[in-house]
Amino acid sequence: MSPARYTGTAIALHWLAALLILGNVAFGLYMVDLPLSPSKLRYYSWHKWVGVTVFLLSAARLLWRLSHRAPALPASMPPWQHKAASLSHGLLYVLFFAAPLSGWLFSSAAGFPTVYLGLVQLPDLLAKNRELADVLKVVHRGVTWSLAGLAILHAAAAIKHHVVDRDDVLHRMLPFIKPGT
Amino acid sequence: MRIAVLATLSVAAVLLAAPSLAQAPQKVALDKSQIRFGFKQMNVPVEGRFRKFDATVSFDPKKPEATKAEFEVEIGSIDLGNSDGETEAKRKAWLNVDAFPKAKFTAASVKAIGPGRYEATGPLTIKGVTQSVTAPFTFVEAGGLRTVEGSFGLRRLPFRIGEGPWADTDTVADDVSVRFKFVIPSPQ
Repeated sequence: MSPARYTGTAIALHWLAALLILGNVAFGLYMVDLPLSPSKLRYYSWHKWVGVTVFLLSAARLLWRLSHRAPALPASMPPWQHKAASLSHGLLYVLFFAAPLSGWLFSSAAGFPTVYLGLVQLPDLLAKNRELADVLKVVHRGVTWSLAGLAILHAAAAIKHHVVDRDDVLHRMLPFIKPGT
Repeated sequence: MRIAVLATLSVAAVLLAAPSLAQAPQKVALDKSQIRFGFKQMNVPVEGRFRKFDATVSFDPKKPEATKAEFEVEIGSIDLGNSDGETEAKRKAWLNVDAFPKAKFTAASVKAIGPGRYEATGPLTIKGVTQSVTAPFTFVEAGGLRTVEGSFGLRRLPFRIGEGPWADTDTVADDVSVRFKFVIPSPQ
């Protein structure tokens, strides 16, 4: 028997991750076009700190997901939507890790180690390499755009469930919103 | 008899020539030598190096005080591993390469501080500003090559490296560490 909605922990982690991921994508897009200045260096560091936080948060969420049963999807959903939902959730998880990881690798290749919160230096998984940095920059951008795009699709689907299908899909993650009737 | 005189003369010539050869200034082997530097921005360690420099060294480990050594670094050859940083570093606020293409160090005095260890002191000029620096170094001679390795610290602000908003040391620290390795052929 699966639960009717996600636990408080899962809900809190979900919305925190949503805020940090979308915020960091927007912040990343803003900061890259700034002329080089002390502020820009600060922003890059902050962007990386949020990225590391997203990585850790995603690891916590993955552990939660592996140790808990997710609420069942409405029986009224056609099978292709079940498949699409599980595929997009799986892909979202891949991107939760791929986005910060590609940023970390890009940063290492560009010669800037990541020092989380200015305190903990992460190991560089790659040596400084100009050509590789150019490639990883494009990879990081592609991965984060994919993540943002999929997150928007994910939100659009949830709203469609609430407004069009009038089922309890949105309610499972936003308990104060009553399921459509 | 004539042969003996010639032999004596040539031995004498070699003996006379030897000390001057030992004192002859040597050029460093660029491909084996390095000038690297490191600093922190937002507590993130950043490393760089200069690809081109020139050094003329006349050094006798037994008479370090007689050392004559001059080093010239081509600032435009800065390598930070990323072109955005390099473009910025060459600008006026940082190293102002157009106006000050070279940094110079002259070892004005060298003294022994231990077995195989020495200390060089002299004027270092970067961006038109001269400051005295002291750099301890080790000296190893093997396989016809002399290797000098050492490091010293400097502060960037007295050299006006990073002016205006970049003078803020909360973002880019004031302290810069410089590490060097020079490989010089042993005098014949």
